[in-house]
Amino acid sequence: MTSKVASTTTEDTSSARLRMIQRGIAKGIPIMFGYLPIALTYGVLAKQAGLTVVEITLMSVFVFAGASQFMAASMMALGTGAMEIIIATFVLNFRHFVMSLSFMNRLKGFGQRWKVPLSLGLTDETFAVASIHTKEAKQEKGAYFYAALILTAYTSWVIGSFMGGILGDIIPAALSQSMGIALYAMFIGLLIPSVKKEVKVALIAIIAMLINYMCQLFMSEGWAIVTGTLIGALAGIHLLGDQEA
Amino acid sequence: MIFFIIIGMALVTMIPRVLPAYIVDKVHFPNWVNKWLNAIPYAALGALIFPGILSVKPEQPMVGILGGVVAIILALFGLNVILVVLGAIITVFITTL
Repeated sequence: MTSKVASTTTEDTSSARLRMIQRGIAKGIPIMFGYLPIALTYGVLAKQAGLTVVEITLMSVFVFAGASQFMAASMMALGTGAMEIIIATFVLNFRHFVMSLSFMNRLKGFGQRWKVPLSLGLTDETFAVASIHTKEAKQEKGAYFYAALILTAYTSWVIGSFMGGILGDIIPAALSQSMGIALYAMFIGLLIPSVKKEVKVALIAIIAMLINYMCQLFMSEGWAIVTGTLIGALAGIHLLGDQEA
Repeated sequence: MIFFIIIGMALVTMIPRVLPAYIVDKVHFPNWVNKWLNAIPYAALGALIFPGILSVKPEQPMVGILGGVVAIILALFGLNVILVVLGAIITVFITTL
């Protein structure tokens, strides 16, 4: 009798885990759509900049930050110094600190064993999807949801870069340009359901857009996004009630 | 030399990503900071969408806007994110043909 109870519990746990992994992959698919063409393009560009396929792939494995990898490849092509490239990467990617702080605050109960690897997989896109799906943070085996989501994105990024490096330009220009809208459409697709639930969310996003736009007139894109995000969210303190927060 | 650059880039990207994993356990945030952090996803989405979306086809910013409008409409109808993304891709593809 006791053993039967125990085995049912194990089954429940493993099926909860499986369900979370499946959900995570499903939510990661739109990121995959967006990442593959960008990763292929990065691979092609980096190859033209003189990187080997191994270097192209390793950069994706260790850095996993699209915009900065494009920037690094084009700076290398121009013969820019190492320190300049590294500092520029820091400036461009510092926005992930803000996003990670928000995401990690949601995952407080997870323990370092999960938080550390999940934080390392944070990009604009994985953060956007993960932070819109807040209920998994409180559900059993929820950590597997976020891990599967991030690994789906990460795998497509690494494989895409590798393929770009070896195959070269395989996507017709018209198609790759059309797919450039993919990640923006995904951001919109994530934002709108929240707006439908609470219209004030739109105001937060619009404030962030306008501040980002104005800041880009006189500062780098990285700092402009950080400034827009922080000030837009500041408006959220007053706009959102406790239940949304 | 390129490996040195990659390692440097990895470090300056990883440190800001991982630090919060340690901070949130050590520091107890007042309520307004928690609210601020919870509003960050919406603000970040806004900042990531605009003005970046204008550069989908840099010489014709309206192409990005059009794709965005289609995405908004499809999302308002409650379609799955994947369909929203596909709809926007098709729109841009047709407009740039």
